[in-house]
Amino acid sequence: MATMLSHARRHRPFGRDAMAGWLFVLPVIIVLGLFLVLPVVMAAWVSVSDWTGRGSPFSSTVNFVGIDNYRDLLGEPGLAQRDFGTSIRNNVYYVLLVVPTQTAVALFLAVLVNKRIKSRGFFRTAFYFPSVTSSVAITVLFLFLFSASGAVNRMLSFIGLRGPNWFADPRGIIHIGLGWLGVDQPPAALTDGSLLGVNWWEWASGPSVAMCVFIVLAVFTTSGTFMLLFLSALQNIQAEIEEAAIVDGTTGWQRFRLITLPMLRPTIATVITLGLVGTWQVFDQIYTGTRGGPAKTTLTPAYQSYSASFLNQNWGQGAAIAFVLFAIIVVLTAVQRSLLRERDNDGKPGRVLSTLSFRRNAGGDS
Amino acid sequence: MLHRRRWIRLSVAAAVAVLTLSACGSGFDSASGADTPGDLTVLIGASGDAETNAVKSAVAAWSAQSGTKAEVVVASDLSQQLSQGFTSGRPADLFYLSGETMPGFAANGALEPVGERLANVGDFHDAIKASFTYKGKLYAAPKDFSTLGLVINRDAWAAAGLTDADIPTTWDQLAAVARKLTTPGRVGLSMSPEFARLGVFLAQAGGWLVAPDGKAVADSPENLRALEFVKGMLADGSLKFSSALGAGWGGEAFGKGLAAMTIEGNWVVGALKNDFPAISYRVAELPAGPGGRGTMQFNGGWGVAADSKNKDAAVKLVEYLTNTDRQLAFADAFGVMPSVKSAAQQWKTKFPQQAAFLAGGDYAKNIPNLVGISDVIKDFNSQIEGLVTRDPKAVLGSVQRNLQPLVGK
Repeated sequence: MATMLSHARRHRPFGRDAMAGWLFVLPVIIVLGLFLVLPVVMAAWVSVSDWTGRGSPFSSTVNFVGIDNYRDLLGEPGLAQRDFGTSIRNNVYYVLLVVPTQTAVALFLAVLVNKRIKSRGFFRTAFYFPSVTSSVAITVLFLFLFSASGAVNRMLSFIGLRGPNWFADPRGIIHIGLGWLGVDQPPAALTDGSLLGVNWWEWASGPSVAMCVFIVLAVFTTSGTFMLLFLSALQNIQAEIEEAAIVDGTTGWQRFRLITLPMLRPTIATVITLGLVGTWQVFDQIYTGTRGGPAKTTLTPAYQSYSASFLNQNWGQGAAIAFVLFAIIVVLTAVQRSLLRERDNDGKPGRVLSTLSFRRNAGGDS
Repeated sequence: MLHRRRWIRLSVAAAVAVLTLSACGSGFDSASGADTPGDLTVLIGASGDAETNAVKSAVAAWSAQSGTKAEVVVASDLSQQLSQGFTSGRPADLFYLSGETMPGFAANGALEPVGERLANVGDFHDAIKASFTYKGKLYAAPKDFSTLGLVINRDAWAAAGLTDADIPTTWDQLAAVARKLTTPGRVGLSMSPEFARLGVFLAQAGGWLVAPDGKAVADSPENLRALEFVKGMLADGSLKFSSALGAGWGGEAFGKGLAAMTIEGNWVVGALKNDFPAISYRVAELPAGPGGRGTMQFNGGWGVAADSKNKDAAVKLVEYLTNTDRQLAFADAFGVMPSVKSAAQQWKTKFPQQAAFLAGGDYAKNIPNLVGISDVIKDFNSQIEGLVTRDPKAVLGSVQRNLQPLVGK
């Protein structure tokens, strides 16, 4: 009876304990409300209004225009739509190349520095260092490294290669590859159809040479952060499991593939989610580096949203781009979560071990 | 013990967070730093210290004379900081304004139609006034202007056996000297791959983006002829874009000796003096095309915010900053051309080697004043970068399609 009473009291929303609770979360509610909820609501309103960037968006002179801003981006053929299509194309290639690469590199680095090797503290710091350096500073550094007469091209010239003019080269790498195979002109089938104002041949261009530099840059800067996540997950795997597997006579690769990897599945899911969110929002490198050039091949939705708002006073469209981007991220993350969801006991160490020993036995029988 | 430690740590973290937030909060106001309502904030995007110091001392002199305090703020990203000011309702009182951003700000009512209030409005060159006129109203006081000219490396010129008589006055002559000047380590002509340079050929061919009657004419045969001429020079290797040479702009390619000629504006004079003082060059007027002479002009102006708390003083300061003496002083300090007719003669005698730039002012064209024009130009630029492999007709067709909705509005 007494426990039931206290139970009930605990759950009353405005009881004494609850009030104390509210008091404690109040600062967070205020901060989140002021700096998160309110701006999101404002942006949502701006995206369906004709606000032009002067005075408050909630003032009486600002009108509701329905889905006009979204229609310009998604439905109505024109410059805005084609720019948006181009930016999505660029970002898709960026995401496709950055997310898998950075996840793999981060995991690889984590496994390396998880070993008991000499001066691993040094390597941990070294690998993590790019992540704590300002992305603007690293972008500027890359601008120098990859300039036409920069260090990278100098190095390439030592082995007899002539490097491209990285940041000024708008050719897509798939187009370049096709050019080598003799395909210079697009087949008519690809130029006839289009999506978001960009024809299929342009969709298939691949990332431009300039975008490739940003891809390398992203892998370089973010792998360290995700290495840290993988490292902490690796250290949570108990040594006994590994020992048991060794006793079972497994090779190192088997242990990695059948024990470590499945046990890292939640971390992998986290890393990919964070990677997706981060890569779809890429902005600061573009802003400091190329501002969308050469030939719009590094234009991304985040940068387009900025330039529509701040440079062209088209705030409704800028906000609309931000919300479409938000929708893309949410959908992709949901798809990714459902693909990597743990089913039944799959991924649990016991199951893996039994599978492993079962396979070994089966192998011994045959 | 452990708990107390944690509490201390938490409160330190909270204090740091609060301090950081309040620092951010005050950061938003910095665009309008002047506190008393009558004080003025002047937002400029300076090309360098010379410009900043010249504007600061001019503003300080005005403050001493008028008794109104004014603070000069140098923007790191002018159009972004202007937008932020207009959004917050506390913009800088007066500021630099470019012809390209003016239509957007004028259309949303952020700018005071300053032309009606300026006493010296009759002194400005008409073509520059036109570039700051939106729907019949003048929204900025022109502060200076620049035109594009042909910058020629004297040493390369002499080495190729060319004399003063060879300075090109037609397209054929331009193509011929560019070929002559091209050597394995150097191209004849270079410029940035953008409309703001190639546009001169459109003008020389007798074309432009918008006709005097306001119609979009980007896909005219004249423009096509211009792009085909440029493409021809690109194809024979006597013209290369500065980006292809690994230079940021034409002036850099020229200064580094990668190009013997470039098409640039008056700012190239100061830039070459600072970065490549050894180079010997001359500036000529651009050649005439099938449609006569043509060049482009770029104008800077002073805008006044409609939300300014002290518009009268702001307009007075603009008048002071654009008067003949001030403009000649600015021309001296950072090499711009004065926007007032009354200063032209003095300027010409002072800078005879730049006479070609001023001469261009008679026939120079402006980028059309249309809301959204900068997106159209950006798209055009992105196609110009790939002009070597593109069909000029298709390029102009897409520019025409992009332009039409703006003209119709």
